[in-house]
Amino acid sequence: MEYLQLQPQEWQALMLTLKVASVALVSVLPVAVFVAYALARWRFPGHGFVNALVHMPLVLPPVVTGFLLLLAFGRSGPFGRFLSETFGFSFAFNWTGAALAAAVMAFPLIVRPIRLAFEAVDPKLEEAAMSLGAGKVVTFVVVTLPLALPGILGGAVLGFAKAMGEFGATITFVSNIPGETRTLALALYTATQTPAGDLAAFRLTLISAFVAFAALIVSEIWARNLKRRIGAVYD
Amino acid sequence: MIEVKVKGCAGSFTIDAAFEAEAGVTSLFGQSGAGKSSITNMIAGHLRPDEGRIVVDGHVLFDSRQNINLPVSRRRIGHVFQDARLFPHLSVRSNLTFARWAGRRRETRSFDEVVALLGMEAFLDRKPAGLSGGERQRVAIGRALLSAPRLLLMDEPLASLDQGRKAEILPYLDRLRSEAGIPVLYVSHAMEEVARLSRTLVVVSHGRTIAYGPVADVLARVDLGKATGRHEAGALLEGRVSGVDRTWGLSSIDLGEGRTVQVPGLEAVQGELIRLRIRARDVAIAVQRPEGLSIRNVLSGIVQEISDEKGPYCEILCSIGSQYLRARLTRVSAAELNLKQGFSVYLLIKSVAIDRRQRAPLYADARENPVKV
Repeated sequence: MEYLQLQPQEWQALMLTLKVASVALVSVLPVAVFVAYALARWRFPGHGFVNALVHMPLVLPPVVTGFLLLLAFGRSGPFGRFLSETFGFSFAFNWTGAALAAAVMAFPLIVRPIRLAFEAVDPKLEEAAMSLGAGKVVTFVVVTLPLALPGILGGAVLGFAKAMGEFGATITFVSNIPGETRTLALALYTATQTPAGDLAAFRLTLISAFVAFAALIVSEIWARNLKRRIGAVYD
Repeated sequence: MIEVKVKGCAGSFTIDAAFEAEAGVTSLFGQSGAGKSSITNMIAGHLRPDEGRIVVDGHVLFDSRQNINLPVSRRRIGHVFQDARLFPHLSVRSNLTFARWAGRRRETRSFDEVVALLGMEAFLDRKPAGLSGGERQRVAIGRALLSAPRLLLMDEPLASLDQGRKAEILPYLDRLRSEAGIPVLYVSHAMEEVARLSRTLVVVSHGRTIAYGPVADVLARVDLGKATGRHEAGALLEGRVSGVDRTWGLSSIDLGEGRTVQVPGLEAVQGELIRLRIRARDVAIAVQRPEGLSIRNVLSGIVQEISDEKGPYCEILCSIGSQYLRARLTRVSAAELNLKQGFSVYLLIKSVAIDRRQRAPLYADARENPVKV
């Protein structure tokens, strides 16, 4: 039975991972919804450039993204210095930095399904809402957003999974500090670098798999509920 | 009550429309692709005209000279779309009350009254996905009515429905017409619906409004044959039900001045004013009163106009008292009968040609107060 009990450092890594991934997701989701809507519905100069920029973390090696974050948000980076001098806040080498790295890496994966969902919402329904007196903002909140909700949920699940497992950018940006930035993925990597760490690595693997599986099941149930509430889209 | 005068472009298409209409149903009629939808979109506010003026019920919605262009949400036009466009994530009830909770409109008619008018009690708590096409269209009409509109704009509301569903909705439209109390602009390419419902008819062709006026007057114009479609060309007769013959299943309609026609069916109520649409191709002409004929309806009339056509057919407009009938003949028969303007003739209409779809109850006041143009 002892085997089933989590050891303190495992527990610590798990809770840290959940905290980092949740904070990353919650703070990046509104931005992702906005960017996805803009890409789906607005035609503006630089549309292609913004689209490419959003997808950069997907195609860049994670180490590069982490290094760029370090340059920008590190203690001597322009944004990092600004933040610490004005607000006394720093991303460097603490868990908020890990959340930032996770958010940046997850961003393109969250935006994509949401954008597709917005594109699938019939603009004719928005026209109908406006003819009934609803302004643009109200139309977005009561028509567009609810109809895109399954896609937003899909993006969130994908983003959460990515944030949970983020490794390269995190270790480059905020290093591997136990209790501060050592998430499950980093702890697993540490274990594989330790002599006779195979058992520890295997246990961490099981924990990761369990969390990922649970998240999938929960989101599946949620999605099914949502679809039933929205009703099958008729032609 | 409605004043529209717009010029503009829709894609490569030029729109030049001008018409006025009083209360009641005004139909915007034209073949598919004539530009009806572009005109509709300009009135609703989805498309900006280059210049012109749109006034509904004394409110200026658009005026290029005064730089007025109200946004869609502030035009107060109850738009009923061909494809219903119900919100799939909301119940029928929430769809109907949408204008109140999302549009901050205060409805001018009670919810229960509209639900009863359109017979929607049975599916108020269902989702749109579970409704039939006809039910969806009824909800769409109700939703527009409950948005406190100054004008009800119905854009081909029956076009995507099959014949059975159409027959299901038409009686509701009849009721709406007499009870709604707001002007209705009805867009359609189906002469059958237009002739049945409208008081004023606006004919659209190639993006231009080529004629408008009281529906019977416009339909009597032979020169509009191309825009209204040859096959469906016809005229309207209005009269009062004077008798119902149960033995033979016929109703008699008194057209005034001693003229009567008999139509099959017994749904009519004695004394009711009704409107019959007689297609030109269902009318034949004789120069002497024929005898020994199966055709029951023989009306005397005077030739007013003979269309000047090149093809095998021609069209004859005849007056019957104060009303008009159109007859479509081959050019050779017209020549052999030696028809000329001012000749007295007999018009023959097969009773069976006037089926249920070709007639409808008339506004009680339509004849006493004809629409002025």
